[in-house]
Amino acid sequence: MDGGDEGVVVAPMGDESMCSNGGAVDDPRRPPASSGKAAAGGGEQMDLEAYVALYTGRTRVSRLLFIAERCGNEGMQLEALRMAHDEIKKGEDSHLYREVIAKIGGRLGPLYALDQTWVDMVDRRAEARKEKLENELNSYKTNLIKESIRMGFNDLADFFYAHGQLGDAFKNFVRTRDYCTSSKHISQMCLNVILVGIELGQFMHVSNYVSKAEQAPEQVDPVTHSKLRCAAGLAYLETKKYKLAARKFLETGPELGNNYTDVIAQQDVATYGGLCALASFDRTELKNKVIDNINFRNFLELVPEVRELINDFYASRYASCLEYLENLKPNLLLDIHLHDHVETLYTDIRHKAIIQYTHPFISVDLHTMAGAFKTSVAGLEKELEALITDDKIQARIDSHNKILYARHADQRNATFQRVLQTGVEFERDVRAMLMRANLIKQESILRAARKL
Amino acid sequence: MAPVRMESVQAVVAHIQALSGSHEEVADLHSLLKQSEGALRSRAARLGPFLHQLDPSAHTLGYLFLLEAYSSRPISREQDEKFLPFIAGFINSCSAEQIRLAPEKFISVCKSFKDQVMQLQVPIQGITPLRTAIRKLQTSSEQLTTLHSDYLLLCLLAKFYKAGLSILDDDIFEVDQPRDHFLYCYYGGMINIGLKRFRKALECLHNVVTAPMDALSVIAVEAYKKYILVSLILNGQVPPFPKYTSSTAQRNLKRHTQPYIDLANCYATGTFSELEACIQTNLEKFQSDSNVGLVKQVLSSLYKHNIQRLTQTYLTLSLQDIANAAQLKTPNDAEMHVLQMIQDGEISASINQKDGMASFYEDPEQYKTCGMIGPIDSFIQRLMELSKKLSSLDEQISCDLAHLTRIRKELPRLD
Repeated sequence: MDGGDEGVVVAPMGDESMCSNGGAVDDPRRPPASSGKAAAGGGEQMDLEAYVALYTGRTRVSRLLFIAERCGNEGMQLEALRMAHDEIKKGEDSHLYREVIAKIGGRLGPLYALDQTWVDMVDRRAEARKEKLENELNSYKTNLIKESIRMGFNDLADFFYAHGQLGDAFKNFVRTRDYCTSSKHISQMCLNVILVGIELGQFMHVSNYVSKAEQAPEQVDPVTHSKLRCAAGLAYLETKKYKLAARKFLETGPELGNNYTDVIAQQDVATYGGLCALASFDRTELKNKVIDNINFRNFLELVPEVRELINDFYASRYASCLEYLENLKPNLLLDIHLHDHVETLYTDIRHKAIIQYTHPFISVDLHTMAGAFKTSVAGLEKELEALITDDKIQARIDSHNKILYARHADQRNATFQRVLQTGVEFERDVRAMLMRANLIKQESILRAARKL
Repeated sequence: MAPVRMESVQAVVAHIQALSGSHEEVADLHSLLKQSEGALRSRAARLGPFLHQLDPSAHTLGYLFLLEAYSSRPISREQDEKFLPFIAGFINSCSAEQIRLAPEKFISVCKSFKDQVMQLQVPIQGITPLRTAIRKLQTSSEQLTTLHSDYLLLCLLAKFYKAGLSILDDDIFEVDQPRDHFLYCYYGGMINIGLKRFRKALECLHNVVTAPMDALSVIAVEAYKKYILVSLILNGQVPPFPKYTSSTAQRNLKRHTQPYIDLANCYATGTFSELEACIQTNLEKFQSDSNVGLVKQVLSSLYKHNIQRLTQTYLTLSLQDIANAAQLKTPNDAEMHVLQMIQDGEISASINQKDGMASFYEDPEQYKTCGMIGPIDSFIQRLMELSKKLSSLDEQISCDLAHLTRIRKELPRLD
């Protein structure tokens, strides 16, 4: 990944603004940690090398491939594919290798064409190794030594994992469960299963095994604890339970460090946790659990944009908050876990902001408000209308003078209305009920008569 | 009673004339008449002149038996025309006490009367006599007779909906025949629809749909179709089946009413063009169900619901915006709709023509006037009556022998 490659990359990108970004990873002014998510200007693309540097293991490749698929920009796509290719070549997954080669389709020159000899070699080696591992496992099984059997399964699973046979890897990791003797083994087993589960996108298993690991009688070490929190957060995120996801991410301890990079980076914890919290927490919760949370502050420091936007939100500087969000959006859409949820989270956050904005006022000038939210008056009116219809804001719009008036429900009138309404319903229901009771009675009499 | 061998009709008539005084006499006469039923029927065609010898108000029971036999034979058309006022006269002057001794005879007479009215296509002539008949047959206004549905049918055919109300406004709790109940509620729903009393109509149709049933009936299917349409017109949505609905209905009704379900789904999206397209594709089905009129009302109710929703969110809104939001073509259309809705009391608003703005107000009712207290008070009284009835029914059931035996049988299983 040095000078030689650079030439290949730059060529297809032509005159795009990206070409200067190639070496940004060495740029001393930006710590690599934060630049991964950084997007100083709206149009600027993410810095792939810095981004990928945050991760290790398979997730690196999956993330690159995901970006290649979603970015919709040929230069970036090829860059991502190139890096994925280099990454795969270091490993032993020949299947994935063929896939990537097919995706590149010869667009990156002869260096990135199918290397059949490599594939054959890898496949041959894999075959031999698999046989060896299976033989070993069988002999362990005949000897009935628990620990060895567990190791045997683990080795086999590791092997499958490295070769991209995730389903088999998953099965073998699960099989070690019967041979676990200490709580350490159990948490190890759970973490393995969770890792493969996340790769496979089977978040049901992930949350299952998180709770299994948490039930372990002995206290798990802080690193494992943090890992489990992250995994649980991801599982909740995937099932759209944003509030629970936010809680889990916020509980993640600083011990996580760079220990879980084969799944999640610290920056991700900050982004996921921050956005989910914004979308689902109320003001006090936001203050207590996010802003005043010392543990989480460490994570937030890594992604200053998210920190800023949370503070802006809390301080009601919505325009700047929304601007940060807009800038983050293109990158978040390329995130393998968050992409599906970005729109929902953004709408939720926006709605929250609008509700919070209108809350303290009796009347609000729509022009001012539209300015605060960087939108047009007509657009704002539509948003407000939707929120009022959903009963999230108690107000009505004076469209003539462009003013929003809070609506203070008259308790007495509302009670009268409700009482009358309930009365009408009660009368109707009781009548229908009496009628039905009589019908049933009549029927049973008829039936009895028929029997006689 | 061996000696009474009703050889001739004349003898019967003599008995009738002799035995129509006291209560016991009438009871004797009833058993005599029952024995001679066959004889009367065989001479049905020649009974006409004998009827004139009897007085319908004094000799009601005998008259009824003769009349029933007389009207059960096939009648020619020209006889019909004379026959109608004849039966009507009887219904008017007969004694309620005596007809209740032989209700099935009376019902049969009224049925053939109804059939002839319909045959002659003069349903309006049958309305008043049948109403009298119902009142005379009923022991209380809570009882549902078989004649109820016939009466409502005549009202519908005559398009004289108001006449139906006098019967529909009674609270019905006693039902002899489940089928009567289905028809009564279904026709009742249609009459209320005719009068645009949709709330009442919905209640009637609801009763049909949720009534206990073992097998699906055509009446229930037709009622559910109308139930969907009326729900849309009134509330803009179709509520799910309440849990007391019979499982037969829950399982099968939707299957038989697919075009209507589609219509409701389309309605939920709130877009006018889609709804119109949906109606067009199913138009034939609606036509064959003769529900096109209602479907059209559903379509125009979409405007109303859209405008009503605006009143919840806006204090003032330009007519242009109303037109956009409600998918009307021009601001003038919007103005007309808003105006109509103000007139109908569906929204409280005013239109400022100079600026082209409509202002919406909160419900002006403050619940402070005597005019409000009166109805509320009577409402409370009514509800108290109802709950009394409910608790008495509950008592009755908990003392009911059959119910208790069944409970006892099931108790060990519950333990």
